[in-house]
Amino acid sequence: MALYREQGIVLRSYKLGETDRIVHLLTQGRGKVRAVAKGVRRPGSRFGGRLEAFSHVDLQLYEGRNLDVIAQAELLAPHAVVREDYARSAAASVMSEVVDAVAQEGERDNALFLLLRAGLQALAAAPADPAVFVDAFLLRVASIVGFHADTDACAVCRRAGPHGFLSVKAGGSLCPGCAPPGTRMVDLEVLEAVRTLAAAGEWAVLPRLARERPLAHATAASYTRAFVEHHLDRRLRSYDVVPRG
Amino acid sequence: MYEGAVQDLIDELGRLPGVGPKSAQRIAFFLLQADLVDATRLAEAITRVKQTVRFCSRCFNIAEAEQCRVCRDPRRDDTVLCVVEEARDVVAIERTREYRGRYHVLGGAISPIDGIGPDELHITELLHRLDREPVEEVIIATNPNVEGEATASFLSRQLDGRAVRVTRLASGLPVGGDLDYADEVTLSRAFVGRQDLRGRGTREVR
Repeated sequence: MALYREQGIVLRSYKLGETDRIVHLLTQGRGKVRAVAKGVRRPGSRFGGRLEAFSHVDLQLYEGRNLDVIAQAELLAPHAVVREDYARSAAASVMSEVVDAVAQEGERDNALFLLLRAGLQALAAAPADPAVFVDAFLLRVASIVGFHADTDACAVCRRAGPHGFLSVKAGGSLCPGCAPPGTRMVDLEVLEAVRTLAAAGEWAVLPRLARERPLAHATAASYTRAFVEHHLDRRLRSYDVVPRG
Repeated sequence: MYEGAVQDLIDELGRLPGVGPKSAQRIAFFLLQADLVDATRLAEAITRVKQTVRFCSRCFNIAEAEQCRVCRDPRRDDTVLCVVEEARDVVAIERTREYRGRYHVLGGAISPIDGIGPDELHITELLHRLDREPVEEVIIATNPNVEGEATASFLSRQLDGRAVRVTRLASGLPVGGDLDYADEVTLSRAFVGRQDLRGRGTREVR
């Protein structure tokens, strides 16, 4: 069995047998890895609390036939404050759920790894209302996997915007000529909110968006959910548990 | 494939958690070779548990009457209420013989990733109990994992503003464990929850 070393973030885990767990990780070099942590549920386990969800860990693993086996785990960032707060834990669960859905086993995706790490760091440093980080994370994940919510130009004819029609199906804003009848028309403030949420790298400005433009953020949030669920073809189970407002 | 009754038994056993097709076949053949008395006793135990066991109307623990054994016991302390995830946690705490208060079983823990929110648990019933009963302390004894921590955090918010003391079970080093194997989270919690040796179990050091 080949031994390898990887950095990873724990997405979720399931019980296996009496004392083991199957852990889903997003690793930096191998994409999603599903691995067995033997004896992790025993009180005296050598893994202790290192393999709890949202932990950023340095791992040593054995390659297995179906599942790899975790040999050692060292904590790089526990993100314990995220786990210990209900709202932040729920927000991190949405992040984990969507990454677990889009990450592929054996396919390195450094952008996705860095985004998840940044998202969890932002939550760890965030004030009480973390919902806006979830919205930003979802649009940024969608963008990484090829579904960017385009609000700068018409998503169909590429005519420079801003355009006031916003379509989930078309993937962004539409000009009056391309918008089919019944397309939702929104304020430019909402387009600006969607642009801010989807802009790569910016986390610090997000709490201000939620605080100063709550209506625009609420509309952008509902658009975000519909956009991500439509394009990733998946219902987000943890989304409704995140407290808002 | 086996004939009728044997295959039916294998199929039913195969639906149990942790029992695969091979295990189901092995158990079925064990039962086939067992005495009729033994097999009948097993069948009766399964039937009886389904017919008589229900959830306690007060605390949602497993009960064979309207209320469970703990809720019926007049010697228990009504002022302390221990909130646990599952009925089996009640058994684990009872084994310690340290706790003499009442229980409230939530029926699980908040797990957003599995779509389990606060509405799926017996949290509203807990709040109603606090309105009716003379509870002075609520001990949150959910598991120290991500779901248990989220549940504890949510309950703590819900109980904010009520005239009850809200405490959480301590977490830290396991008895018999080695300090150098402890992870940073566990060890830091052990430090936060350290106790004064002279007043062990009664005073926290700040």
